[in-house]
Amino acid sequence: MFPTPIQNYSLTTNIIYRILLGVTLFIWLLPLIAVMLTSIRTFEDILVGDYWSWPEETAIISNYTAIFESGKMSRFFLNSVIITLPTVFGTLFLSSMAGYSLAVHKFKLNLLLFCMFIAGNFVPFQILMIPVRMLTIDLGIYNSHFGLIIFHIAFQTGFCTFFLRNFIKELPFELIEAARADGASEWLIYRKIILPLLTPSLAALGVLEFTFIWNDYFWALILTQGDNVKPITIGLDMLRGQWVATYNLIAAGSVLAALPPVIMFFAMQRHFIMGLTFGAVKG
Amino acid sequence: MSFWERNQLKLAPFLFLTPAVSLFLLFVIYPIIDSIWVSFHDWSGVARYALNEDGTYKNFKWVGFQNYIDLFTYDDEFYVSLLNNLKWFIFSLLAIPLGLLLALFLNQNIFGMRYIKSFFYFPFVINAVVIGVIFSWFYNPKYGSLAYLLNIFGLDPIPVLSDEVLATYGIIAASFFPGIAYTMILYITGLTSVSKEMVEAGRIDGASGLTMLWHIIIPQLRPATLIAVVVTIVGALRSFDLIAVMTLGGPWGSTKVLAYKMYEEALFNFRMGYGAAIAVILFLLMSIYIAWFLYRLFKQEKGEK
Repeated sequence: MFPTPIQNYSLTTNIIYRILLGVTLFIWLLPLIAVMLTSIRTFEDILVGDYWSWPEETAIISNYTAIFESGKMSRFFLNSVIITLPTVFGTLFLSSMAGYSLAVHKFKLNLLLFCMFIAGNFVPFQILMIPVRMLTIDLGIYNSHFGLIIFHIAFQTGFCTFFLRNFIKELPFELIEAARADGASEWLIYRKIILPLLTPSLAALGVLEFTFIWNDYFWALILTQGDNVKPITIGLDMLRGQWVATYNLIAAGSVLAALPPVIMFFAMQRHFIMGLTFGAVKG
Repeated sequence: MSFWERNQLKLAPFLFLTPAVSLFLLFVIYPIIDSIWVSFHDWSGVARYALNEDGTYKNFKWVGFQNYIDLFTYDDEFYVSLLNNLKWFIFSLLAIPLGLLLALFLNQNIFGMRYIKSFFYFPFVINAVVIGVIFSWFYNPKYGSLAYLLNIFGLDPIPVLSDEVLATYGIIAASFFPGIAYTMILYITGLTSVSKEMVEAGRIDGASGLTMLWHIIIPQLRPATLIAVVVTIVGALRSFDLIAVMTLGGPWGSTKVLAYKMYEEALFNFRMGYGAAIAVILFLLMSIYIAWFLYRLFKQEKGEK
Protein backbone atom coordinates (compact mmCIF):
# COMPACT_ATOMS: atom_id res chain seq x y z
CA MET A 1 0.00 0.00 0.00
CA PHE A 2 1.15 3.49 -0.78
CA PRO A 3 1.52 5.75 1.10
CA THR A 4 2.78 3.76 4.08
CA PRO A 5 -0.13 2.83 6.34
CA ILE A 6 -0.51 5.41 9.07
CA GLN A 7 -0.67 2.59 11.64
CA ASN A 8 3.07 2.04 11.11
CA TYR A 9 3.81 5.49 12.48
CA SER A 10 3.98 6.82 16.00
CA LEU A 11 0.93 7.71 18.04
CA THR A 12 1.66 11.43 17.69
CA THR A 13 1.72 11.16 13.89
CA ASN A 14 -1.54 9.25 14.03
CA ILE A 15 -3.20 11.92 16.11
CA ILE A 16 -1.87 14.70 13.89
CA TYR A 17 -3.07 12.87 10.80
CA ARG A 18 -6.57 12.53 12.19
CA ILE A 19 -6.75 16.17 13.20
CA LEU A 20 -5.46 17.25 9.80
CA LEU A 21 -8.03 14.99 8.14
CA GLY A 22 -10.83 16.57 10.14
CA VAL A 23 -9.68 20.09 9.33
CA THR A 24 -9.32 19.31 5.61
CA LEU A 25 -12.77 17.77 5.50
CA PHE A 26 -14.23 20.77 7.28
CA ILE A 27 -12.65 23.23 4.85
CA TRP A 28 -13.65 21.08 1.89
CA LEU A 29 -17.27 21.04 2.98
CA LEU A 30 -17.39 24.61 4.24
CA PRO A 31 -19.06 26.04 1.12
CA LEU A 32 -21.81 23.44 1.36
CA ILE A 33 -22.23 23.89 5.10
CA ALA A 34 -22.57 27.62 4.54
CA VAL A 35 -25.31 27.11 1.96
CA MET A 36 -27.21 24.74 4.22
CA LEU A 37 -26.95 27.13 7.16
CA THR A 38 -28.09 30.03 5.03
CA SER A 39 -31.05 28.04 3.78
CA ILE A 40 -32.48 27.78 7.31
CA ARG A 41 -31.88 31.38 8.32
CA THR A 42 -34.60 33.94 8.80
CA PHE A 43 -34.66 36.96 6.53
CA GLU A 44 -33.88 39.15 9.57
CA ASP A 45 -30.57 37.33 10.00
CA ILE A 46 -29.79 37.92 6.35
CA LEU A 47 -30.58 41.62 6.63
CA VAL A 48 -28.23 41.98 9.58
CA GLY A 49 -25.56 40.25 7.55
CA ASP A 50 -25.13 37.33 9.90
CA TYR A 51 -23.91 34.39 7.85
CA TRP A 52 -21.69 32.37 10.09
CA SER A 53 -23.18 32.09 13.55
CA TRP A 54 -25.49 29.20 14.33
CA PRO A 55 -29.00 30.59 13.73
CA GLU A 56 -30.88 30.94 17.02
CA GLU A 57 -34.17 31.00 15.27
CA THR A 58 -34.45 28.71 12.29
CA ALA A 59 -36.78 29.13 9.38
CA ILE A 60 -36.48 25.73 7.75
CA ILE A 61 -40.16 25.25 7.19
CA SER A 62 -41.01 28.78 6.17
CA ASN A 63 -38.06 29.08 3.75
CA TYR A 64 -38.69 25.78 2.04
CA THR A 65 -42.43 26.41 1.86
CA ALA A 66 -41.72 29.82 0.39
CA ILE A 67 -39.66 28.49 -2.50
CA PHE A 68 -42.34 25.98 -3.34
CA GLU A 69 -45.19 28.45 -3.20
CA SER A 70 -43.93 31.67 -4.67
CA GLY A 71 -40.95 30.40 -6.59
CA LYS A 72 -42.53 27.70 -8.74
CA MET A 73 -39.73 25.46 -7.53
CA SER A 74 -42.09 22.50 -7.27
CA ARG A 75 -42.90 22.88 -10.97
CA PHE A 76 -39.21 23.07 -11.92
CA PHE A 77 -38.41 20.12 -9.70
CA LEU A 78 -41.17 18.07 -11.30
CA ASN A 79 -39.93 19.09 -14.77
CA SER A 80 -36.46 17.81 -13.90
CA VAL A 81 -37.92 14.48 -12.81
CA ILE A 82 -40.06 14.23 -15.96
CA ILE A 83 -37.02 14.91 -18.14
CA THR A 84 -34.43 12.86 -16.27
CA LEU A 85 -36.10 9.50 -15.65
CA PRO A 86 -37.24 8.66 -19.21
CA THR A 87 -33.88 9.85 -20.53
CA VAL A 88 -31.98 7.47 -18.27
CA PHE A 89 -34.12 4.46 -19.17
CA GLY A 90 -34.27 5.30 -22.86
CA THR A 91 -30.53 5.77 -23.06
CA LEU A 92 -29.77 2.52 -21.28
CA PHE A 93 -32.17 0.61 -23.49
CA LEU A 94 -30.88 1.94 -26.81
CA SER A 95 -27.23 1.79 -25.86
CA SER A 96 -27.38 -1.72 -24.44
CA MET A 97 -28.83 -2.94 -27.73
CA ALA A 98 -26.29 -1.02 -29.76
CA GLY A 99 -23.46 -2.07 -27.45
CA TYR A 100 -24.48 -5.72 -27.72
CA SER A 101 -24.46 -5.61 -31.48
CA LEU A 102 -21.15 -3.76 -31.72
CA ALA A 103 -19.55 -6.22 -29.32
CA VAL A 104 -20.70 -9.55 -30.80
CA HIS A 105 -21.71 -9.06 -34.43
CA LYS A 106 -19.16 -8.93 -37.19
CA PHE A 107 -20.06 -6.61 -40.02
CA LYS A 108 -18.35 -4.06 -42.19
CA LEU A 109 -19.35 -0.81 -40.51
CA ASN A 110 -18.79 -2.08 -36.98
CA LEU A 111 -15.60 -0.22 -36.10
CA LEU A 112 -16.75 2.90 -37.95
CA LEU A 113 -19.99 3.08 -35.98
CA PHE A 114 -18.11 2.46 -32.76
CA CYS A 115 -15.73 5.32 -33.52
CA MET A 116 -18.68 7.53 -34.40
CA PHE A 117 -20.23 6.95 -30.98
CA ILE A 118 -16.96 7.68 -29.22
CA ALA A 119 -16.16 10.78 -31.25
CA GLY A 120 -19.66 12.13 -30.59
CA ASN A 121 -18.82 12.30 -26.89
CA PHE A 122 -16.19 14.93 -27.38
CA VAL A 123 -18.13 17.21 -29.64
CA PRO A 124 -18.57 20.73 -28.24
CA PHE A 125 -22.26 21.38 -27.64
CA GLN A 126 -22.11 24.64 -29.57
CA ILE A 127 -21.60 22.94 -32.91
CA LEU A 128 -24.93 21.18 -32.36
CA MET A 129 -26.73 24.16 -30.92
CA ILE A 130 -28.20 26.00 -33.92
CA PRO A 131 -29.30 22.95 -35.96
CA VAL A 132 -30.70 21.08 -32.94
CA ARG A 133 -32.70 24.12 -31.89
CA MET A 134 -34.04 24.55 -35.43
CA LEU A 135 -34.73 20.83 -35.72
CA THR A 136 -36.83 20.79 -32.55
CA ILE A 137 -38.72 23.84 -33.77
CA ASP A 138 -39.40 22.18 -37.14
CA LEU A 139 -40.47 18.93 -35.47
CA GLY A 140 -42.77 20.84 -33.12
CA ILE A 141 -40.96 19.60 -30.00
CA TYR A 142 -39.19 22.84 -29.06
CA ASN A 143 -40.03 23.82 -25.48
CA SER A 144 -41.41 20.39 -24.59
CA HIS A 145 -40.21 17.72 -22.19
CA PHE A 146 -40.14 15.30 -25.08
CA GLY A 147 -37.76 17.48 -27.11
CA LEU A 148 -35.21 17.56 -24.31
CA ILE A 149 -35.65 13.86 -23.57
CA ILE A 150 -35.16 12.73 -27.15
CA PHE A 151 -32.13 14.94 -27.64
CA HIS A 152 -30.52 13.81 -24.38
CA ILE A 153 -31.14 10.17 -25.30
CA ALA A 154 -29.54 10.66 -28.72
CA PHE A 155 -26.47 12.37 -27.30
CA GLN A 156 -25.94 10.23 -24.20
CA THR A 157 -26.30 7.03 -26.24
CA GLY A 158 -22.82 7.68 -27.59
CA PHE A 159 -21.15 7.53 -24.21
CA CYS A 160 -23.21 4.60 -22.91
CA THR A 161 -22.75 2.53 -26.06
CA PHE A 162 -18.99 2.98 -25.82
CA PHE A 163 -19.02 1.85 -22.19
CA LEU A 164 -21.40 -1.10 -22.66
CA ARG A 165 -19.79 -2.37 -25.85
CA ASN A 166 -16.46 -2.64 -24.04
CA PHE A 167 -18.08 -4.34 -21.10
CA ILE A 168 -19.90 -6.92 -23.25
CA LYS A 169 -16.69 -7.58 -25.13
CA GLU A 170 -15.13 -8.76 -21.87
CA LEU A 171 -17.86 -11.36 -21.29
CA PRO A 172 -17.03 -14.94 -22.34
CA PHE A 173 -18.13 -15.31 -25.96
CA GLU A 174 -18.75 -19.07 -25.41
CA LEU A 175 -21.92 -18.14 -23.54
CA ILE A 176 -23.37 -16.59 -26.66
CA GLU A 177 -22.14 -19.36 -28.94
CA ALA A 178 -23.67 -22.01 -26.72
CA ALA A 179 -27.01 -20.21 -26.70
CA ARG A 180 -26.90 -19.84 -30.49
CA ALA A 181 -26.16 -23.55 -30.85
CA ASP A 182 -29.26 -24.21 -28.75
CA GLY A 183 -31.25 -22.17 -31.25
CA ALA A 184 -31.77 -19.05 -29.17
CA SER A 185 -32.56 -15.97 -31.23
CA GLU A 186 -30.34 -12.90 -30.99
CA TRP A 187 -33.08 -11.01 -29.17
CA LEU A 188 -33.42 -13.83 -26.63
CA ILE A 189 -29.67 -13.85 -26.06
CA TYR A 190 -29.69 -10.08 -25.52
CA ARG A 191 -32.71 -10.24 -23.26
CA LYS A 192 -31.97 -13.37 -21.22
CA ILE A 193 -28.18 -13.62 -21.16
CA ILE A 194 -26.62 -10.24 -21.80
CA LEU A 195 -28.97 -7.92 -19.91
CA PRO A 196 -28.80 -9.88 -16.62
CA LEU A 197 -25.00 -9.89 -16.83
CA LEU A 198 -25.02 -6.16 -17.52
CA THR A 199 -27.08 -5.26 -14.46
CA PRO A 200 -24.18 -3.85 -12.41
CA SER A 201 -22.88 -1.78 -15.34
CA LEU A 202 -26.37 -0.58 -16.18
CA ALA A 203 -26.80 0.52 -12.58
CA ALA A 204 -23.44 2.28 -12.73
CA LEU A 205 -24.31 4.05 -15.96
CA GLY A 206 -27.82 4.77 -14.73
CA VAL A 207 -26.69 6.75 -11.68
CA LEU A 208 -24.09 8.56 -13.75
CA GLU A 209 -26.61 9.48 -16.43
CA PHE A 210 -29.11 10.54 -13.81
CA THR A 211 -26.54 13.03 -12.51
CA PHE A 212 -25.56 14.30 -15.96
CA ILE A 213 -29.13 14.89 -17.07
CA TRP A 214 -30.36 16.32 -13.78
CA ASN A 215 -27.47 18.76 -13.81
CA ASP A 216 -27.86 19.76 -17.46
CA TYR A 217 -28.03 23.50 -17.86
CA PHE A 218 -26.98 24.27 -21.42
CA TRP A 219 -29.52 22.22 -23.36
CA ALA A 220 -32.36 23.29 -21.14
CA LEU A 221 -31.33 26.87 -21.86
CA ILE A 222 -31.35 26.25 -25.61
CA LEU A 223 -34.43 24.05 -25.97
CA THR A 224 -36.91 25.46 -23.46
CA GLN A 225 -38.70 28.71 -22.92
CA GLY A 226 -41.62 28.41 -20.52
CA ASP A 227 -41.88 27.67 -16.82
CA ASN A 228 -43.86 24.52 -17.59
CA VAL A 229 -40.86 22.81 -19.14
CA LYS A 230 -37.76 24.35 -17.54
CA PRO A 231 -35.80 22.05 -15.25
CA ILE A 232 -34.63 23.08 -11.81
CA THR A 233 -31.14 24.19 -12.90
CA ILE A 234 -32.61 26.91 -15.10
CA GLY A 235 -35.36 27.62 -12.58
CA LEU A 236 -32.83 28.25 -9.83
CA ASP A 237 -30.77 30.53 -12.02
CA MET A 238 -33.90 32.47 -12.93
CA LEU A 239 -35.00 32.85 -9.31
CA ARG A 240 -31.61 34.28 -8.48
CA GLY A 241 -32.55 37.21 -10.65
CA GLN A 242 -35.91 37.64 -8.93
CA TRP A 243 -34.86 37.19 -5.31
CA VAL A 244 -31.81 39.39 -5.43
CA ALA A 245 -31.10 39.80 -1.73
CA THR A 246 -33.10 36.96 -0.21
CA TYR A 247 -30.10 34.71 0.14
CA ASN A 248 -31.93 32.33 2.46
CA LEU A 249 -34.41 31.45 -0.29
CA ILE A 250 -31.75 31.11 -2.97
CA ALA A 251 -29.83 28.82 -0.62
CA ALA A 252 -32.92 26.71 0.01
CA GLY A 253 -33.46 26.46 -3.75
CA SER A 254 -29.84 25.42 -4.22
CA VAL A 255 -30.15 22.68 -1.64
CA LEU A 256 -33.27 21.41 -3.37
CA ALA A 257 -31.60 21.46 -6.80
CA ALA A 258 -28.53 19.62 -5.53
CA LEU A 259 -30.32 17.07 -3.40
CA PRO A 260 -31.49 14.32 -5.81
CA PRO A 261 -28.06 13.58 -7.29
CA VAL A 262 -26.51 13.76 -3.82
CA ILE A 263 -29.02 11.25 -2.44
CA MET A 264 -28.45 9.08 -5.48
CA PHE A 265 -24.72 9.29 -4.92
CA PHE A 266 -24.85 8.23 -1.27
CA ALA A 267 -27.38 5.47 -1.96
CA MET A 268 -25.50 3.93 -4.88
CA GLN A 269 -21.95 4.98 -4.19
CA ARG A 270 -20.36 1.69 -5.21
CA HIS A 271 -22.06 1.74 -8.61
CA PHE A 272 -21.34 5.39 -9.03
CA ILE A 273 -17.62 4.98 -8.50
CA MET A 274 -17.58 1.94 -10.74
CA GLY A 275 -19.15 3.90 -13.60
CA LEU A 276 -16.91 6.87 -13.06
CA THR A 277 -13.66 4.95 -12.92
CA PHE A 278 -14.40 2.48 -15.69
CA GLY A 279 -11.12 2.12 -17.52
CA ALA A 280 -9.14 3.97 -14.86
CA VAL A 281 -7.77 0.80 -13.36
CA LYS A 282 -6.64 -1.09 -16.40
CA GLY A 283 -6.15 0.71 -19.66
CA MET B 1 -35.32 -23.08 -42.25
CA SER B 2 -37.21 -19.87 -42.62
CA PHE B 3 -35.69 -16.77 -44.16
CA TRP B 4 -35.40 -15.20 -40.71
CA GLU B 5 -33.56 -18.16 -39.21
CA ARG B 6 -31.10 -18.31 -42.08
CA ASN B 7 -30.31 -14.62 -42.11
CA GLN B 8 -30.73 -13.69 -38.49
CA LEU B 9 -27.05 -13.04 -37.84
CA LYS B 10 -26.84 -10.72 -40.81
CA LEU B 11 -30.01 -8.81 -40.00
CA ALA B 12 -29.51 -8.61 -36.24
CA PRO B 13 -26.91 -5.81 -36.23
CA PHE B 14 -29.24 -3.72 -38.37
CA LEU B 15 -32.17 -4.21 -36.03
CA PHE B 16 -30.20 -3.72 -32.84
CA LEU B 17 -28.42 -0.62 -34.06
CA THR B 18 -31.09 1.24 -35.99
CA PRO B 19 -32.72 3.09 -33.07
CA ALA B 20 -29.45 4.29 -31.55
CA VAL B 21 -27.73 5.06 -34.84
CA SER B 22 -30.66 6.91 -36.40
CA LEU B 23 -31.13 9.14 -33.36
CA PHE B 24 -27.41 9.78 -33.24
CA LEU B 25 -27.29 10.65 -36.93
CA LEU B 26 -30.26 13.00 -36.62
CA PHE B 27 -29.24 14.83 -33.43
CA VAL B 28 -25.44 14.70 -33.53
CA ILE B 29 -23.97 13.97 -36.96
CA TYR B 30 -26.39 15.97 -39.11
CA PRO B 31 -26.17 19.06 -36.83
CA ILE B 32 -22.37 19.05 -37.10
CA ILE B 33 -22.53 19.08 -40.89
CA ASP B 34 -25.31 21.64 -40.92
CA SER B 35 -23.43 23.97 -38.56
CA ILE B 36 -20.45 23.92 -40.91
CA TRP B 37 -22.78 24.79 -43.80
CA VAL B 38 -24.48 27.58 -41.83
CA SER B 39 -21.07 29.08 -40.97
CA PHE B 40 -20.64 30.05 -44.64
CA HIS B 41 -23.87 32.05 -44.63
CA ASP B 42 -25.34 35.24 -43.33
CA TRP B 43 -28.55 34.37 -41.49
CA SER B 44 -30.54 35.89 -38.63
CA GLY B 45 -32.26 32.64 -37.71
CA VAL B 46 -35.65 33.23 -39.29
CA ALA B 47 -37.28 31.54 -42.30
CA ARG B 48 -34.23 29.83 -43.67
CA TYR B 49 -35.94 28.42 -46.75
CA ALA B 50 -37.92 31.52 -47.74
CA LEU B 51 -37.21 32.32 -51.39
CA ASN B 52 -36.84 35.51 -53.39
CA GLU B 53 -38.74 35.81 -56.65
CA ASP B 54 -35.67 34.73 -58.59
CA GLY B 55 -35.46 31.50 -56.58
CA THR B 56 -32.52 32.41 -54.36
CA TYR B 57 -32.76 32.26 -50.58
CA LYS B 58 -34.09 35.45 -49.07
CA ASN B 59 -32.68 35.23 -45.56
CA PHE B 60 -29.95 32.66 -45.92
CA LYS B 61 -27.17 34.31 -47.92
CA TRP B 62 -23.94 32.67 -49.00
CA VAL B 63 -20.94 34.71 -47.84
CA GLY B 64 -18.10 32.24 -48.28
CA PHE B 65 -15.39 32.65 -45.67
CA GLN B 66 -16.51 36.14 -44.66
CA ASN B 67 -17.62 35.10 -41.15
CA TYR B 68 -14.21 33.60 -40.49
CA ILE B 69 -12.41 36.60 -41.93
CA ASP B 70 -14.48 38.94 -39.73
CA LEU B 71 -13.70 36.84 -36.68
CA PHE B 72 -9.97 36.87 -37.22
CA THR B 73 -9.60 40.45 -38.42
CA TYR B 74 -12.18 42.63 -36.67
CA ASP B 75 -13.32 40.84 -33.54
CA ASP B 76 -11.13 41.56 -30.51
CA GLU B 77 -13.56 39.68 -28.30
CA PHE B 78 -12.86 36.56 -30.29
CA TYR B 79 -9.20 36.73 -29.26
CA VAL B 80 -10.17 37.41 -25.66
CA SER B 81 -12.36 34.29 -25.75
CA LEU B 82 -9.68 32.21 -27.38
CA LEU B 83 -7.15 33.32 -24.77
CA ASN B 84 -9.62 32.53 -21.99
CA ASN B 85 -10.10 29.05 -23.42
CA LEU B 86 -6.34 28.67 -23.26
CA LYS B 87 -6.36 29.78 -19.61
CA TRP B 88 -9.11 27.26 -18.85
CA PHE B 89 -7.14 24.60 -20.65
CA ILE B 90 -3.91 25.22 -18.72
CA PHE B 91 -5.25 25.96 -15.27
CA SER B 92 -7.93 23.25 -15.21
CA LEU B 93 -5.14 20.72 -15.48
CA LEU B 94 -4.06 21.79 -11.98
CA ALA B 95 -7.04 19.81 -10.69
CA ILE B 96 -5.13 16.64 -11.60
CA PRO B 97 -2.07 16.97 -9.29
CA LEU B 98 -4.31 18.45 -6.59
CA GLY B 99 -6.64 15.46 -6.89
CA LEU B 100 -3.67 13.11 -6.68
CA LEU B 101 -2.38 14.90 -3.60
CA LEU B 102 -5.73 14.59 -1.87
CA ALA B 103 -6.05 10.95 -2.95
CA LEU B 104 -2.65 10.14 -1.41
CA PHE B 105 -3.68 11.93 1.75
CA LEU B 106 -6.92 9.94 2.00
CA ASN B 107 -5.54 6.55 1.02
CA GLN B 108 -5.41 5.18 4.56
CA ASN B 109 -7.38 2.47 6.30
CA ILE B 110 -8.62 4.06 9.45
CA PHE B 111 -11.96 3.79 11.15
CA GLY B 112 -14.72 5.52 9.21
CA MET B 113 -12.51 6.34 6.19
CA ARG B 114 -15.12 4.99 3.78
CA TYR B 115 -17.58 7.65 4.92
CA ILE B 116 -14.99 10.39 5.03
CA LYS B 117 -14.10 9.60 1.44
CA SER B 118 -17.74 9.88 0.33
CA PHE B 119 -17.87 13.35 1.79
CA PHE B 120 -14.83 14.29 -0.26
CA TYR B 121 -16.38 12.79 -3.40
CA PHE B 122 -19.87 14.16 -3.47
CA PRO B 123 -19.26 17.78 -4.61
CA PHE B 124 -18.73 16.12 -7.99
CA VAL B 125 -22.47 15.52 -8.36
CA ILE B 126 -23.52 19.08 -7.55
CA ASN B 127 -24.62 21.05 -10.59
CA ALA B 128 -22.88 24.09 -11.98
CA VAL B 129 -25.67 26.48 -11.06
CA VAL B 130 -25.35 25.64 -7.36
CA ILE B 131 -21.55 25.73 -7.54
CA GLY B 132 -21.85 29.10 -9.27
CA VAL B 133 -24.20 30.43 -6.58
CA ILE B 134 -21.86 29.27 -3.82
CA PHE B 135 -18.74 30.80 -5.32
CA SER B 136 -20.44 34.05 -6.31
CA TRP B 137 -21.22 34.45 -2.61
CA PHE B 138 -17.74 33.42 -1.63
CA TYR B 139 -16.29 36.20 -3.82
CA ASN B 140 -18.90 38.80 -2.84
CA PRO B 141 -16.82 41.82 -1.71
CA LYS B 142 -19.41 42.87 0.87
CA TYR B 143 -20.56 39.68 2.59
CA GLY B 144 -18.40 36.95 1.09
CA SER B 145 -16.11 34.68 3.05
CA LEU B 146 -13.15 35.77 0.94
CA ALA B 147 -13.61 39.36 2.06
CA TYR B 148 -14.01 38.07 5.61
CA LEU B 149 -10.75 36.12 5.39
CA LEU B 150 -8.88 39.05 3.88
CA ASN B 151 -10.24 41.27 6.63
CA ILE B 152 -8.72 38.99 9.28
CA PHE B 153 -5.33 39.67 7.71
CA GLY B 154 -6.13 43.35 7.56
CA LEU B 155 -6.54 43.42 3.78
CA ASP B 156 -9.16 45.15 1.67
CA PRO B 157 -11.77 42.97 -0.06
CA ILE B 158 -11.00 41.95 -3.64
CA PRO B 159 -14.03 42.07 -5.96
CA VAL B 160 -12.84 39.01 -7.91
CA LEU B 161 -15.79 38.63 -10.27
CA SER B 162 -15.96 42.29 -11.25
CA ASP B 163 -12.25 42.51 -11.97
CA GLU B 164 -11.41 42.03 -15.63
CA VAL B 165 -8.13 40.29 -14.93
CA LEU B 166 -9.14 38.12 -11.99
CA ALA B 167 -12.68 37.08 -12.96
CA THR B 168 -11.72 34.23 -15.27
CA TYR B 169 -9.35 32.79 -12.67
CA GLY B 170 -12.11 33.11 -10.09
CA ILE B 171 -14.43 30.99 -12.23
CA ILE B 172 -11.74 28.44 -12.98
CA ALA B 173 -11.10 28.14 -9.25
CA ALA B 174 -14.80 27.43 -8.74
CA SER B 175 -14.57 24.64 -11.31
CA PHE B 176 -11.89 23.02 -9.13
CA PHE B 177 -14.40 22.05 -6.48
CA PRO B 178 -16.12 19.35 -8.56
CA GLY B 179 -12.99 18.89 -10.69
CA ILE B 180 -10.70 17.91 -7.84
CA ALA B 181 -13.40 15.63 -6.43
CA TYR B 182 -13.48 13.82 -9.77
CA THR B 183 -9.72 13.36 -10.24
CA MET B 184 -9.47 12.29 -6.61
CA ILE B 185 -12.05 9.54 -7.19
CA LEU B 186 -10.05 8.33 -10.19
CA TYR B 187 -6.79 8.27 -8.26
CA ILE B 188 -8.13 6.62 -5.13
CA THR B 189 -9.51 3.82 -7.29
CA GLY B 190 -6.21 3.69 -9.15
CA LEU B 191 -4.22 3.49 -5.92
CA THR B 192 -6.11 0.41 -4.76
CA SER B 193 -4.81 -1.50 -7.76
CA VAL B 194 -1.18 -0.45 -7.44
CA SER B 195 0.92 -3.62 -7.28
CA LYS B 196 1.87 -4.43 -3.69
CA GLU B 197 4.92 -6.41 -4.82
CA MET B 198 6.40 -3.44 -6.61
CA VAL B 199 5.86 -1.18 -3.64
CA GLU B 200 7.54 -3.75 -1.37
CA ALA B 201 10.37 -4.25 -3.84
CA GLY B 202 10.81 -0.51 -3.96
CA ARG B 203 10.95 -0.30 -0.18
CA ILE B 204 13.63 -3.02 -0.06
CA ASP B 205 15.64 -1.03 -2.59
CA GLY B 206 15.40 1.91 -0.27
CA ALA B 207 12.97 3.97 -2.26
CA SER B 208 10.52 5.98 -0.25
CA GLY B 209 8.43 9.11 -0.30
CA LEU B 210 8.81 11.16 -3.44
CA THR B 211 11.15 8.73 -5.21
CA MET B 212 8.66 5.94 -4.75
CA LEU B 213 5.78 8.16 -5.84
CA TRP B 214 7.56 9.34 -8.97
CA HIS B 215 9.14 6.10 -10.15
CA ILE B 216 6.76 3.40 -8.97
CA ILE B 217 3.34 4.81 -8.15
CA ILE B 218 2.70 7.43 -10.84
CA PRO B 219 3.64 5.13 -13.75
CA GLN B 220 1.10 2.60 -12.47
CA LEU B 221 -1.55 5.30 -12.25
CA ARG B 222 -1.19 6.04 -15.97
CA PRO B 223 -4.69 4.85 -16.97
CA ALA B 224 -6.26 7.07 -14.29
CA THR B 225 -4.11 10.00 -15.38
CA LEU B 226 -5.08 9.51 -19.03
CA ILE B 227 -8.79 9.62 -18.22
CA ALA B 228 -8.32 12.58 -15.90
CA VAL B 229 -6.50 14.50 -18.64
CA VAL B 230 -9.08 13.63 -21.32
CA VAL B 231 -12.08 14.56 -19.18
CA THR B 232 -10.48 17.71 -17.77
CA ILE B 233 -9.51 19.02 -21.19
CA VAL B 234 -12.91 18.30 -22.72
CA GLY B 235 -14.47 20.01 -19.71
CA ALA B 236 -12.21 23.04 -20.10
CA LEU B 237 -13.09 23.46 -23.78
CA ARG B 238 -16.77 23.02 -22.94
CA SER B 239 -16.78 25.49 -20.05
CA PHE B 240 -20.02 27.42 -20.27
CA ASP B 241 -22.32 26.82 -17.32
CA LEU B 242 -20.21 28.45 -14.62
CA ILE B 243 -19.57 31.50 -16.80
CA ALA B 244 -23.27 31.87 -17.60
CA VAL B 245 -24.18 31.59 -13.92
CA MET B 246 -21.38 33.63 -12.37
CA THR B 247 -20.60 36.53 -14.73
CA LEU B 248 -22.64 36.23 -17.95
CA GLY B 249 -19.34 36.73 -19.73
CA GLY B 250 -18.62 40.04 -18.02
CA PRO B 251 -17.21 42.34 -16.80
CA TRP B 252 -17.01 43.85 -20.31
CA GLY B 253 -16.76 40.47 -21.97
CA SER B 254 -13.56 39.60 -20.13
CA THR B 255 -14.68 36.12 -19.02
CA LYS B 256 -16.14 34.97 -22.32
CA VAL B 257 -14.90 31.75 -23.84
CA LEU B 258 -15.64 30.53 -27.36
CA ALA B 259 -18.62 28.49 -26.19
CA TYR B 260 -20.19 31.47 -24.45
CA LYS B 261 -19.46 33.93 -27.24
CA MET B 262 -21.02 31.58 -29.76
CA TYR B 263 -24.20 31.28 -27.69
CA GLU B 264 -24.43 35.04 -27.38
CA GLU B 265 -23.80 35.82 -31.06
CA ALA B 266 -26.40 33.28 -32.20
CA LEU B 267 -29.21 33.79 -29.69
CA PHE B 268 -28.83 37.44 -28.66
CA ASN B 269 -27.29 39.11 -31.68
CA PHE B 270 -29.12 36.83 -34.15
CA ARG B 271 -25.95 36.17 -36.12
CA MET B 272 -26.36 32.46 -36.79
CA GLY B 273 -23.67 32.23 -39.44
CA TYR B 274 -21.17 34.11 -37.31
CA GLY B 275 -22.02 32.01 -34.26
CA ALA B 276 -21.72 28.83 -36.30
CA ALA B 277 -18.25 29.93 -37.46
CA ILE B 278 -17.14 30.22 -33.82
CA ALA B 279 -18.61 26.79 -33.12
CA VAL B 280 -16.72 25.35 -36.06
CA ILE B 281 -13.44 26.74 -34.74
CA LEU B 282 -14.16 25.25 -31.33
CA PHE B 283 -15.03 22.00 -33.05
CA LEU B 284 -11.76 21.98 -34.99
CA LEU B 285 -9.77 22.55 -31.79
CA MET B 286 -11.58 19.64 -30.20
CA SER B 287 -11.17 17.50 -33.33
CA ILE B 288 -7.41 17.60 -33.17
CA TYR B 289 -7.83 16.19 -29.75
CA ILE B 290 -10.49 13.61 -30.67
CA ALA B 291 -8.31 12.43 -33.55
CA TRP B 292 -5.41 11.81 -31.22
CA PHE B 293 -7.64 9.91 -28.79
CA LEU B 294 -9.27 7.77 -31.50
CA TYR B 295 -5.90 7.04 -33.05
CA ARG B 296 -4.68 5.68 -29.73
CA LEU B 297 -7.82 3.60 -29.29
CA PHE B 298 -7.69 2.32 -32.85
CA LYS B 299 -4.11 1.16 -32.40
CA GLN B 300 -5.12 -0.60 -29.23
CA GLU B 301 -8.04 -2.38 -30.97
CA LYS B 302 -5.76 -3.47 -33.81
CA GLY B 303 -3.26 -4.75 -31.27
CA GLU B 304 -5.88 -6.99 -29.66
CA LYS B 305 -6.67 -8.85 -32.87
